[in-house]
Amino acid sequence: MSNSNKRGTVKVINGRYRPDGSFHYNYPNTPIYDEAGKLMGVTNPRDLTHIHAYGGESQFFSSLKDGEIWGTKCENPDCEHTGTVNLPYKIYCPDCLKKAIPVNLTATAIKSATVHTFMVTERTGAFNTLEKPIRFINIEFEGVDTILMSYLSVGEPKVGMRVVPIFRKVEPTFTILDLSWVPLGTSVEKLPDGFSFSK
Amino acid sequence: MITFSQKQLKIPQMSKPVYLVTGGMSKFGRAIPEMRTEELVVDAFTEAAEFIKKSPAELKKYIHSCYYGHFADHFGDQLLGEALIHDRLGLDPLGNVGIKTGGATGGSTLWEAFKAVASGYSDCVLAMGWERMDEVPTDEGNNYIACAADKDWETPLGHIYTGYYAVMAQKYWQVFGKSEDSFRKTMAEIAVKNRGYARMNPHAQGPMKITVEDVLKSPVVAYPLRALDCCLMSVGAACAILCDEKTAYELTDNPLLVYVTAGSHTLRVADRRNMEIPLLPNESADQYKDLGERFPGSDRYPGFTGFLAARMAAYYAYGMANIYDPTEDLDLVELHDAFTISDIQTYEDVGIRPYGEGRTYVESGDCYHTNPNTGKPGKLPANLSGGLIGNMHAVGATGIMQAVEVGQHIWGRWAEMHENQKKWDAYGRTKPKDWQNLQVDNAKRGMAISHAGVGSHVTATILVHPDHQLKGRNS
Repeated sequence: MSNSNKRGTVKVINGRYRPDGSFHYNYPNTPIYDEAGKLMGVTNPRDLTHIHAYGGESQFFSSLKDGEIWGTKCENPDCEHTGTVNLPYKIYCPDCLKKAIPVNLTATAIKSATVHTFMVTERTGAFNTLEKPIRFINIEFEGVDTILMSYLSVGEPKVGMRVVPIFRKVEPTFTILDLSWVPLGTSVEKLPDGFSFSK
Repeated sequence: MITFSQKQLKIPQMSKPVYLVTGGMSKFGRAIPEMRTEELVVDAFTEAAEFIKKSPAELKKYIHSCYYGHFADHFGDQLLGEALIHDRLGLDPLGNVGIKTGGATGGSTLWEAFKAVASGYSDCVLAMGWERMDEVPTDEGNNYIACAADKDWETPLGHIYTGYYAVMAQKYWQVFGKSEDSFRKTMAEIAVKNRGYARMNPHAQGPMKITVEDVLKSPVVAYPLRALDCCLMSVGAACAILCDEKTAYELTDNPLLVYVTAGSHTLRVADRRNMEIPLLPNESADQYKDLGERFPGSDRYPGFTGFLAARMAAYYAYGMANIYDPTEDLDLVELHDAFTISDIQTYEDVGIRPYGEGRTYVESGDCYHTNPNTGKPGKLPANLSGGLIGNMHAVGATGIMQAVEVGQHIWGRWAEMHENQKKWDAYGRTKPKDWQNLQVDNAKRGMAISHAGVGSHVTATILVHPDHQLKGRNS
């Protein structure tokens, strides 16, 4: 890897990762003393970057910037639970382990998304980028067998509340954070910066 | 999986019975900067050896293979930390393996150790667990713990695992607690009870003499959960020695039969699909026909309100140990009280109470050492160690600590292990003037539940005095 100061980026070329720029930064460690000046240990600072493959789930994460939510459906007629629709997107049906078929669930979400449960919390871990308090919501959809976890960007959540999806189309992060939700009827002016409705 | 085959529901079989011979633990604390992990581990091992009047060196001679529970490598910035501990214990060149199942790591370590003896591979094994969560700042610790969720679909959402569980708590609170003040008070009583019992435990990190009002006034973490509803984050170690019958009686006159089972459910709560409630021996399908009418919103099982993994672990364990009704057949339990509300959920999952009625285990007084309503012994005391809320949650050690605590009651040696002034002094802790002996009189059978996060892994460890085995009523 390069020793330049440019923060590391990665491309895949000929089926291999091609990193470019700096991926780790060194800092000196420091001693830890107690009140009496006894050496108790040392700090071990570090700044590094991981690389991660989306693989077969790439369609979900790349479609958010286009205002689309994709799930998958098992269409194997021999599956004990054929017809199961999964959101989160599952590459393989967990029952028969055959490839599941991608399905566009955007319209389903707009039409039926309802808060199943929720939680509001001020507490976060290091590297959190969401505004606090975070309003976690778990969303059920008509015809979908699972319940998606996400976050509400406008208003206060309630069980049974109808919500609609919004998408970070400007400067997308290509992570689950590009998808958020607002109460049904929210005006476009109230959406967070960079977010818009599906169409 | 939303349906089970008969093969999957088979009650686990052993080639030979397995016994718990001894166990030990270190002190537990939020931070123990004066000790390396190996020092904590040696403390736990030494206590286990001395419990059966052996030296550590003598006990080591019996061990054939080793099982190490340590969940969070990245907290210690050390891969293969288990191998380092193995070396420091001087147990090379014996075979050893590290086990990691989140909050259930301690229980899973017992599960692996149990199977090694049950299969005949080893006659005597060490199950040792530890954790140290003091070597990063709290927000980095929260980030690390959140890495136990799905890194693409959950972790970026605040990097806060508590939030991923808290949505389940919210659902249970609204559906089965009906958002009632009386239910909120019942939750608080669990925190008061467990922190109070921790006062009698020299190992405990979080002893407190508090009231329900103190809990209800403590800061909100994620409503309805408040700070005093939540478990501790801990440093410490615990171990157990499991043996076959012949070796067990070489080491002690009084080993306990042990059964360990495990269940699982999806790591992402988002992936949970509907199913029929799998029934425990003391339940019938009829009793849940009107569950949705009694508790509107409970139409999804296990949904966000039940821990299927706990139910499966209990199903297998009750089948092995011939437990028909845990409240009648067990004398005490140690449950995974990560949060007061998850404690109540678990009462239902393991059949102490039917679904929807978990709160009555507390409100009846059954869960206390001494029933506050009657002044008589509680029917099934829970978490006399102080549990995760009052004693500790040093993840890899927790499930092992729970089993050792249960064992000390059945051995009738709980007071000996908790009253000793020397131990209080050695741990730098003040024994309360009103110290109370929490020994459960005539304890014969007990259970420990070890649980991971939102319920991805759960183990059930049942200990039985060999003279008090139950005959099968479950078939």
